[in-house]
Amino acid sequence: MSSIEERVKKIVAEQLGVKEDDVQESASFVEDLGADSLDTVELVMALEEEFETEIPDEEAEKITTVKLAIDYIKENLQ
Amino acid sequence: MSKRRVVVTGLGMVSPLGNTVAETWKNILDGRSGVGAITGFDVSQFSTRIGASIKNFSVADYMAAKEAKRFDPFIHYGVAAAEQALADAKLDITDESAPRIGTAIGSGIGGIGLIEQSRMTIEGSGPRKLSPFTVPGAIINMIAGVLAIRHNLQGPSIAITTACTTGTHNIGMAARMIAYGDADAMLVGGAEMATTPVGLGGFCAARAMSTRNDDPEAASRPWDRGRDGFVLGDGAGMMVLEEMESAKARGANIYAELCGFGMSCDAFHMTSPPEDGRGARAAMQAALSDAAVNAEALDYINAHGTSTVAGDVAESRAISELMGTAAAKVAVSSTKSMIGHLLGAAGAVEAIFSVLSIRDQVAPPTINLDDPDDGCNLNYVPHQAQARKIVYAMSNSFGFGGTNGSLLFGRLS
Repeated sequence: MSSIEERVKKIVAEQLGVKEDDVQESASFVEDLGADSLDTVELVMALEEEFETEIPDEEAEKITTVKLAIDYIKENLQ
Repeated sequence: MSKRRVVVTGLGMVSPLGNTVAETWKNILDGRSGVGAITGFDVSQFSTRIGASIKNFSVADYMAAKEAKRFDPFIHYGVAAAEQALADAKLDITDESAPRIGTAIGSGIGGIGLIEQSRMTIEGSGPRKLSPFTVPGAIINMIAGVLAIRHNLQGPSIAITTACTTGTHNIGMAARMIAYGDADAMLVGGAEMATTPVGLGGFCAARAMSTRNDDPEAASRPWDRGRDGFVLGDGAGMMVLEEMESAKARGANIYAELCGFGMSCDAFHMTSPPEDGRGARAAMQAALSDAAVNAEALDYINAHGTSTVAGDVAESRAISELMGTAAAKVAVSSTKSMIGHLLGAAGAVEAIFSVLSIRDQVAPPTINLDDPDDGCNLNYVPHQAQARKIVYAMSNSFGFGGTNGSLLFGRLS
């Protein structure tokens, strides 16, 4: 099975319509990957589905970069 | 103030007989049927199991996958037809012209399929699982919104919704905006994808549709004695309208002039017309008066002609009374015999057929008209297209709620 990093990057690429190679861990969804507010809501929902979890809205708002998404998944799914 | 004149300079279409104007028009003139079994969902429990669906349509040709998955199919069809129309018009959209170019694009029902699926999402997984695009992906004015964003169209952006008169009203009201000076060009039309469980079931419940399930290609048969209701169709039709002098100045290819538009209401019944078709006649007369053209000058009428028992006779009577003895020589056909009833897109695709009838000097046929019913005495162009001189062509639409609209197109000399 792919690592959490790879799975998150794959979902980010699919949801935001960007190349997986462009999804650096430091990338911000809005500033670097062209997402708008609705895109980020949809992205969080896709992460919830992939990792079979629920991310509360107040937590979701803090997930603004690829790294923050990976960190959240790691901390909450282990 | 003298009225500014309005011309048609771009056409686009996604229909049950083709995903472009050219393909559809060829099949229309050949008298083909786009009606078949509905395969998009399980229809075994529905009284009507046939429809005129879109075939081999690739939304990827018109939008990225990321965007496409958010939108109901009626928006896919609408955006596709609108992109075709814009490309056909070769309209030059600059920072200066953009505030003078607008959109008037409607739908009869809108994103009913997405709304149905969203309700099932709530039932199955809870409201937190709704997409943030549930509302923007389903609302009727989002075709206009998407096109405006893509092409920087900053003029009026509206979506008139009047059931089966939607396409006609959007085209006519947009022409008024150009004539009045609100805009110099408008991207206009309608789109529909109501072949969903609730859409189909609702029309079945209203007893409005043909149940000739064993012979789909013969099911839509306007004015024929054996007709038993309309056939539901999907798709979209779009036009670019422009102020005539500016269109001429830029050397645009002008298909026809949109010279008249009329509206009325039956004020009679939610779903049925009055027997004498007085509302239909009033809309046609209003369109003629708008253009200062006499009824006798009509060469072709693309009728509403849905293949319902009451509607077809009422429209025939309205035309006969409007035109008097001249009704004997006008060609009247229903292209719904081939593509079914596209509801909010019907008026738009039929306006396009009317424009093309002028360009090619040919009246498209009414297929399946084997035995005209009592009270149906006009030249309905049965079975085969008729080459004929067409200077003025009218397109009629009549909708639930008794709302009527007529567009009059004329050949530019």
